[in-house]
Amino acid sequence: MSKRLIAMIKARILEVLRDRSALAWNLLFAPLLVIGMATVFSGGAQTVAKVGVIGDLPLTAESNAFLGTPAVSFYKETEPDKAIAKVQRQRIDMLLDLRSHPSRYWINSESAKGSLLQKMLLVTEPAAQEQPVTGARIRYADWLVPGLLSLNIMFSSLFAIGHVIVRYRKSGYLKRLNGTPLRAFEFISAQLLACLILMVVVSGGIFTACNLLLHLRMEGSYLNLLLVAALGSMTMIAMSLLVAARISSEELSGGLLNLISWPMLVLSGVFFSLDGAPGFVQTLSQLFPLTHMLEAARAVMLDGAGLADIAKPLTVMALMTLLFLALGASIFRWTQD
Amino acid sequence: MASVLAVRELRKFYPKVKAVNGVSFEVEEGQCLGLLGPNGAGKSTTIEMLEGLVKPTSGEILYRGKTLDANYRERVGMQFQHTALQDFLTVRENLNFFRSLYQRTMPLDQLIEACHLEDYLDRDHRKLSGGQRQRMLLAIALVNDPDLVFLDEPTTGLDPQARRNFWELVRSVKARGTTVVLTTHYMEEAYLLCDDIAIMDHGRVIARGSPQNLLAEHFNDSVLELPAAEVAGREIDLPLVHKEDRVEILSADVNAAVRKLLDAGLSLAQLKIRPRTLEDLFIQLTGKELRS
Repeated sequence: MSKRLIAMIKARILEVLRDRSALAWNLLFAPLLVIGMATVFSGGAQTVAKVGVIGDLPLTAESNAFLGTPAVSFYKETEPDKAIAKVQRQRIDMLLDLRSHPSRYWINSESAKGSLLQKMLLVTEPAAQEQPVTGARIRYADWLVPGLLSLNIMFSSLFAIGHVIVRYRKSGYLKRLNGTPLRAFEFISAQLLACLILMVVVSGGIFTACNLLLHLRMEGSYLNLLLVAALGSMTMIAMSLLVAARISSEELSGGLLNLISWPMLVLSGVFFSLDGAPGFVQTLSQLFPLTHMLEAARAVMLDGAGLADIAKPLTVMALMTLLFLALGASIFRWTQD
Repeated sequence: MASVLAVRELRKFYPKVKAVNGVSFEVEEGQCLGLLGPNGAGKSTTIEMLEGLVKPTSGEILYRGKTLDANYRERVGMQFQHTALQDFLTVRENLNFFRSLYQRTMPLDQLIEACHLEDYLDRDHRKLSGGQRQRMLLAIALVNDPDLVFLDEPTTGLDPQARRNFWELVRSVKARGTTVVLTTHYMEEAYLLCDDIAIMDHGRVIARGSPQNLLAEHFNDSVLELPAAEVAGREIDLPLVHKEDRVEILSADVNAAVRKLLDAGLSLAQLKIRPRTLEDLFIQLTGKELRS
């Protein structure tokens, strides 16, 4: 690594570590949110029973009387294996396969909601065949923590990098750097690496603190989780670099970053599962790096997924990072327009 | 003497403005060139093109006979009119940071001594006074031990003591053999520091030469100043220029002018006689109207 790159990374890390108020906020935000949300929703986040349905029939009572059951949310499932895993983890209360006659259904034998749904189903279709599965219910906190850590990474990366670069440009610091042999690529790489180092260290600290407090479920490898966090951070940082590549207004950058972060916050499944959400919402969520980071992190922590299992979200994040970096570097400006 | 920087027919056009419109000059090794001009004359754009930060619309800039290349920024130093640095870093950390960006560097202790930074090396740079800050920025401009240093209005906003102190630093930089390109609004500063001056207006160089030669070329008279009250109501056979509370008399023959004033019965107790200054020349060449 070049001397210039190391100097730039060191300077940026010093700046962040000495900005105590911002650092304290970064360190406290996620744990406070975790504790708050885990307390509020410790009784279970889903107030309505949720049933995944496999088959081409429309989800109406005309197709199957059970589908007209009130207070139960039915949604289409297309990947049976993944759907069965959701029943095992009690992320959904029942899986119903309408392709066979009689229908088949999966419930978790340890789930009270599952038993209740079974009784209701058998009233309308007594011949339905049970495919029992077992598995401990995932606490909401276990499900929530990867989301909140990802959220913390997203906000920290987007705002720390985006705002800082715009401030540097507006104040003339970038112009001063442009007067040195430092190249745009080195500057951007240094910002990315400095932020990545800080993000991994801070997120690692927050994760450890949450783990000590809540004894989080960890089925997979910590190294894989670290990889997901690092790649997710890089994607967010690269996205932020793209936003900040040439604008000089902090107000505009703030607006753009909010425009990016809030849809991700709402539509990436941080607080609640997107299972059962309308199709266009699920399609839209695939455009957000946060969705892929969350999918991978939850798969590692809750399902013990290995690298091969999370290859898709990792690949998507890597491609997004490369795209954002290439676009950002190509339109980067040292000075104000 | 060898030329360090040669500028030929330099132009920078923006959609609605011809910021620089055909500027040519050379800067010789070890010399200090002063770029003077009213606001909007094209000084800053010219210096930014010389620094390699702004691409010219046309024209040529040669550094030691070659067009500017990637190595140019290794060899030049810059102090901008407005410069921000990274927050929370001390003076020492800033110097070390900028030293890390160059291959060739001046030893840190030499830099600190040259710019008198010893007493506040470990202070956050945001807590420095104006003069201290300008000295630190000069040190940053010198971290790579440059052959050529650009100083863009480095003493604007400084008190007279800090300004004079800064002049001494610039003289010591020159004494090391470093070539300096300086822009300033202070004519006294230009007169004292610059070997060569280019006065710019409307994107062009309108006068060029050493301060002494420029004054000799444009003026052969001196200025006699008297309080306006002293002159009021008297018949004086001299051209008078009325300026608020005083009157100026421009005369190539000071003795003859003084004799005429005595003949007119004036008291010369408050008479001031001064040679023409760069400020007189600047006003004469660029006019008196207010520029934005």
